[in-house]
Amino acid sequence: MAVAAAVHPAPHEEHPTSTGLSSRKMLFWAFLGSECMFFGSLIATYLVYRGRDTVGPHPHEVLNIPFTSFSAFVLLMSSLTMVLALAACQHGDRRGTAGWLAATALLGMTFVGGQCYEFTHFFYDGLKLQGNLFGCTFYVLTGFHGTHVTIGVIWLWTLFTLAIRGKLPQEKSLDVEIAGLYWHFVDVVWIAIFTLIYLIQ
Amino acid sequence: MATTTAPVGVATGTRTSFAAGVWSWITTVDHKRIGVLYGVTAFLFFLIGGLEALLIRIQLARPENTFVSPDFYNQLFTMHGTTMIFLAVMPLSASFFNFIIPLQIGARDVAFPRLNAFSYWVFLLGGIFLNLSFFLGGAPDTGWFGYSNLTSKQFSPGHGVDFWAIGLQVLGISSLAAAFNFIVTIINLRAPGMKLMRMPVFAWMTLVTAFLIILAFPVITVALVFLLFDRFVGTNFYVPASGADPVLWQHLFWLFGHPEVYILILPAMGIVSEVLPTFSRKPLFGYPVVVYSGIFIGFMGWGVWSHHMFSVGLGPIADSFFALTTMLIAIPTGVKIFNWIATMWGGRVELKTAMLFAVGFIAMFIMGGLSGVMHASPPADLQQTDTYFVVAHIHYVLFGGAIMGIFAGIYYWFPKITGRLLDERLGQIHFWLNIIALNVTFFPMHFVGLLGMPRRVYTYAPGLGFDTMNMISTVGVFAIVIATLVFIVNFLRSVRSGETTGSDPWGGATLEWAIPSPPPAYNFASIPTVHSVHPLWEADASDLIKDVNRVRGPIHMPPSSYWPAVAALGIALLMSGMIFGWWFGIPGLLIMLVGLYSWAFEPCH
Ligand SMILES: [Cu+2]
Repeated sequence: MAVAAAVHPAPHEEHPTSTGLSSRKMLFWAFLGSECMFFGSLIATYLVYRGRDTVGPHPHEVLNIPFTSFSAFVLLMSSLTMVLALAACQHGDRRGTAGWLAATALLGMTFVGGQCYEFTHFFYDGLKLQGNLFGCTFYVLTGFHGTHVTIGVIWLWTLFTLAIRGKLPQEKSLDVEIAGLYWHFVDVVWIAIFTLIYLIQ
Repeated sequence: MATTTAPVGVATGTRTSFAAGVWSWITTVDHKRIGVLYGVTAFLFFLIGGLEALLIRIQLARPENTFVSPDFYNQLFTMHGTTMIFLAVMPLSASFFNFIIPLQIGARDVAFPRLNAFSYWVFLLGGIFLNLSFFLGGAPDTGWFGYSNLTSKQFSPGHGVDFWAIGLQVLGISSLAAAFNFIVTIINLRAPGMKLMRMPVFAWMTLVTAFLIILAFPVITVALVFLLFDRFVGTNFYVPASGADPVLWQHLFWLFGHPEVYILILPAMGIVSEVLPTFSRKPLFGYPVVVYSGIFIGFMGWGVWSHHMFSVGLGPIADSFFALTTMLIAIPTGVKIFNWIATMWGGRVELKTAMLFAVGFIAMFIMGGLSGVMHASPPADLQQTDTYFVVAHIHYVLFGGAIMGIFAGIYYWFPKITGRLLDERLGQIHFWLNIIALNVTFFPMHFVGLLGMPRRVYTYAPGLGFDTMNMISTVGVFAIVIATLVFIVNFLRSVRSGETTGSDPWGGATLEWAIPSPPPAYNFASIPTVHSVHPLWEADASDLIKDVNRVRGPIHMPPSSYWPAVAALGIALLMSGMIFGWWFGIPGLLIMLVGLYSWAFEPCH
């Protein structure tokens, strides 16, 4: 390494880049591309195995569309609050940022809670992870989605903690923006899952 | 917040010191040192994989040989394939990505230096974990492709398959992190004026490879997740009795596996595309065509996977489709070969060792390509599948191709990395021994394959016409061992006492040759402005060289950090906890969280 010399104040903005786009944001888009293939493979497996079961329970016997429509609505609303959190951060509104981040995280937790309730319910209806193909493909696919939501919730509470301590000023709105990208992506994946598994049986 | 900077006005005084303490290596975020770590580690794994191959060949030297047991033989060929692909060729390519890419595009480091360190540590721990299986109840023994349902608990009750599946998941994390990093680095950290079509071909091929990695690895991740669920939780993803189809594994695996073939070969193609013009004193013939062919291969690589599955019986329509796409993908590959040959045509060809390996790469890759395109025809493939003919094919493209390309890169960039030349005489011996030995080893496999000798079987009966040619192959492998020993001797001698060299021993055209060898920590004292594909072959090259080595002000370099290594250790412990138990998994989870959070909140400027 080079000889340590004078200490310089660290600039907060990123270095200029060839495309003018933020490197962190670009990395995140690449990550989301990768995630598309991940969920694509899970969903494709679900579709390939659909209807091959000789033993139940079958989707139409357990899926509760009104209930899941409600949790899908909750998750969609959390995308709205996420947008508001980013807008508040970009305008330097510290309380607004913290408030909307908390709202997003709470809506996300409601969704995860709904999923836990749903899983328990299905379990007592006889749908087992070790049971038929519907069971294993359904639980693993929606389970991975739920895990993504949970990671997002932890991320949001981390940002919330920063926001209330005043460590999320306007210049750092990229931190919120990237968490938002992740959150919206997870939301979009749920729309795909909800449509393909629940609505088109 | 300590910012390390270079002293103003001293451009060549501070050099990356490879002799510094172990701690500085663990905490380093310098892409050059990480590149060296990748290279040395991957070469050691290459030797382990080679040792496994040697044992396989000794066993097959004579019919009905009892040198190793059938069980151990299964472990050997499984670990040979897995090691060479995931622990040798991919990380050897990654070593060049790390060391060379920032230098070629005029950057001071990669876009995310700590993520880069993280990739390396995850790779190292994943590789060690995979190989631990030899000592903990037996290595995986189901082939590197791990076909379902041989990998089920019923047919593989030991922990070998668990080590394999978890090890590949860990290694996947490393490859993905590195690929994200290099996509952003190449797109976003190019020097001013270096448009995409002014990038060196190696940078282009790295970019295509990185895209293939980020899109292909999630698919095998999912396939392995299903397998791990089946084995640990008792799900039925690959259990035919419950209506599942084990061919699902094959589709997912080869949807990853064919792009993986290009992940292995495109970096080597990039390397020879740098070496050939330098030693022909001529720009690469048809640069845009080579680039577009590489991109086309990257796209087409997604539409051919079922040529690995003709024997499954997917039906005439699927077979015809994948036969056609496979024949089609041979075209851009052929285009590249003609471009390389035309690059040498009429040039002042200088047959240094690096150039020999590059030319050898073309020759061997043509051989492997020809036997490969034969598999595009389903009727021919049905005869050849699961025989030694396929073994001959993959070794011509991966050993004759990828590894020869990597050796071309080692001889070419060794002076840039160390400031010393590899000995030319020993290099020439290495090349000739290697290319003769590999043909002696692998060419007879075409014949025994067509005669019907199956792969992955630990022995064969005498009198089937296999005996002599198997013996020849085994003799050839010993010659490959000798060739590799020559290289190791050359390497160890040259690294200490090789002839020292200036910044540009070969008269290269790209930016890495404009800076001292080895490069200073910050690479470029001033970031150059680029006006051409071969900036150092332009009339104003001497100005550019003077310019990039003149320090104009303080240079900010990222401080070193041990959190990436901590996070990597946590992930490795967490994943290995699936086998070793929760007293590995829980601490692993905590260490990982501490590592990731400390990393995220650590000042990075
Ligand atoms: Cu293929």
